[in-house]
Amino acid sequence: MFAYILRRILYIVPIALGVTLLVFALVHIAPGDPLNAVVGPDAPAEVVEQLRRSYGFDQPLPVQYVIYLGHVLSGDLGQSVATGRPVIADLGRALGNTLILSVGAAIVGFTSGILLGALAGWHRGGFIDRLATLLTLIGVSVPHYWLGMVLVIVMAVELNLLPAMGMAPGGATGWGFTGAHLAHAVLPVLTMSVIPMGIVARSVRATVAEVLQQEFVQALRAKGLGRGPVLRHVVRNVAPTVVSVLGLQFGYLLGGSILIETVFSWPGTGFLLNEAIFKRDLPLLQGTILMLGLFFVLLNLLVDIAQAALDPRMRRS
Amino acid sequence: MDATAIKPSSLERPRAARSPGYWSKVGRRLLRDPVTMGCLAVLLLIVLSAIFADVLAPADPYKASMIRRLKPIGTPNHPLGTDELGRDMLTRLLYGGRMSLVMGILPVLNALVIGGLLGIVAGFFGGRLNMAIMRTIDVLYAFPSVLLAVAISGALGSGLTNAIVALTIVFVPPLARIAETVTTQVRGMDFVDAARASGAGSFTIIRVHLLPNVLGPIFVYASSLISVSIILASGLSFLGLGVEPPQAEWGLMLNTLRQAIYVQPWVAVLPGALIFLTSICCNLASDGLRTAMEVKL
Repeated sequence: MFAYILRRILYIVPIALGVTLLVFALVHIAPGDPLNAVVGPDAPAEVVEQLRRSYGFDQPLPVQYVIYLGHVLSGDLGQSVATGRPVIADLGRALGNTLILSVGAAIVGFTSGILLGALAGWHRGGFIDRLATLLTLIGVSVPHYWLGMVLVIVMAVELNLLPAMGMAPGGATGWGFTGAHLAHAVLPVLTMSVIPMGIVARSVRATVAEVLQQEFVQALRAKGLGRGPVLRHVVRNVAPTVVSVLGLQFGYLLGGSILIETVFSWPGTGFLLNEAIFKRDLPLLQGTILMLGLFFVLLNLLVDIAQAALDPRMRRS
Repeated sequence: MDATAIKPSSLERPRAARSPGYWSKVGRRLLRDPVTMGCLAVLLLIVLSAIFADVLAPADPYKASMIRRLKPIGTPNHPLGTDELGRDMLTRLLYGGRMSLVMGILPVLNALVIGGLLGIVAGFFGGRLNMAIMRTIDVLYAFPSVLLAVAISGALGSGLTNAIVALTIVFVPPLARIAETVTTQVRGMDFVDAARASGAGSFTIIRVHLLPNVLGPIFVYASSLISVSIILASGLSFLGLGVEPPQAEWGLMLNTLRQAIYVQPWVAVLPGALIFLTSICCNLASDGLRTAMEVKL
C-alpha cells in the first residue's frame, strides 16, 4: 500500500507541473501587453520599461516560467493588479466560501444520488428506476445557471420564502451558522446539487446492477444469505467505483461553481474569477485557476488512494 | 463510414471487417425508437428555425423600443413578450438559436477531428509517442471542464471565436482518450496483424482497417458531448465571455434578462428553457444512437 501511494504521488508531480505551466501560459495567450492593465496606454515609455523589468517580463519565457514556479512553490501568487493586495489573501476567503457551497451541494447531491441509484439498481425496471432515469436525464441536461434563476423566481420572487442572492443580509461576506446564513445558502446549494445527483445516481445504478449480475451474488443467495448480508457484499464491491465518481464530482463542484456564484452573487472563487476577467487582473486570474487546478489534482490523488484502500486489487496495477 | 464497418460491440471477437447491412440495421432500429425519433424531430425543428430565422422572425432582432420594454407573454404583436430593451423576444429567440447552436456544435466537431486524430495516432503507434500525447492530455484533464473553459476564454477575452477555441480545448482530451482506448483495442486484433504481414503500410492499415472500426464509437461519444457543449457555450455567454451584445444568443439573453426577473420572470427564463430543451433532446438522441449502433463506452 505504501509503495502504491508513493507511486501515485510521483505520478502527480508532472501533472502538477503541467498545471502550473498551463496557468503560466494564460498570461501569454492573453491578447495585448500584460502591463496594459497596470498602467494606461499613454504611460511614458521609461515607466513601462521599468515595470516590465520589475515584473520580469523582459526575461526569456523559460526563465520567466522558472521564476514563476519558484514564487508559486514559496506560496507567493503575486499581487492583484486591481487592489494591490496579495492574491493569496483574497483567494483564501473566496475558497472558504466556495467550499461552503460545494460541501453543501455534495452532501445533498451525493446522498440523494446514492439512495436513488441504489434503489433503482436494486429494483431494475420498477417505478423508482424510471424516476431515477428521468431525474438523471434532467440533472445532466439542465443548464444549472438557468435552474438557479427559475428557483429564485419561484422561491424568492413569487413565494417570497428565501433570499434571492448574496451570502448574508446586507451583502456581508463572512459565514456564520445563523438562520439568515443558512437561508441564503439553500437555493445555491440546491441548484448546485442537481448535476452530481444525476451523475451519481446514474453510475451507482449501473454499478449496482452490474455487481448484482455477478455469479458470487447468486452463490451468496444460493447459500441462503438474507438480503442484509448480500447487500453488505454488494456495497463492498460497489464502493471503489462510487468513491471515484464522488471524488471527481466534488472536484467539478468546486471548479464549476462560477456560474452558480454569478447567479446568486455568492462571494466565492467564481466571483473572484469574474472580477479578475473583467478587470483584466491576470495575477488574480492565474492564482485562482492554479489553486482550483491543484486542488483538483490533489483530490484525484486522494480518490486513487481511497480506491486502493477499498479494493486491494487496484494496488497491483 | 461505409459498409465495411463492423459492429463495435463485437470488437472483442475478431471478425471479418465486412458485415453488410449494418447501417440499414442501425437505421431500422432508430426508426422503431419513438423517443429518439421524437428528439431528432425536435432538434431538426430547432435547427431549421435557426437557419430560417430571417424568414420566420416577425420583427427586427435589434430594433429597440423604450416604450415597449418588458411586455408580458401574449402581448399583441409580441407573442413571447419583449426584452429589457423592448426587442421582440420571439425574434431574438429564433436568431439566438443560430449562435447557441454554432457555439455548441462547432467545438465538438473541431475536437472530434483534433482529439480523434491525436488519439488514433497515440493508440496506433503506441510507445513514446503515446506517452507524449496522452500525458499532455492528462494535464488538460487536471482541470474541471467549466474551469478550463473559463480560464482560457477569460484569458483570451470575450468573443465568439475565443469561446469556440476555449471549448474546443475542453473537448479534445475526452475525445482523444476515447479514440486512444478504442484504437488500442482494435490494433491488437488479428486482422491488423494479418494486414501488416501481407505488407500493408501504417497509413493503409489505419485508413482501411482501423478507421471503419474506431470511428463509430468516437462519433457516438462525440454526439454525447454536444449537450454539454451547448450548456457550457451558453454558460460562457451568460458570464459575458462568449457572444457580445447586442447579438442574440440564448445564454447572453439570460444574462441581460436576469435583472428583469422581478418584472417579467417568465419572459426572462425563456432562453434557458430553449437551452434545456435542446440539451435534453441531444442527450436522448445520443443515447438512442448509441443503443442503435450497439456501442458500449
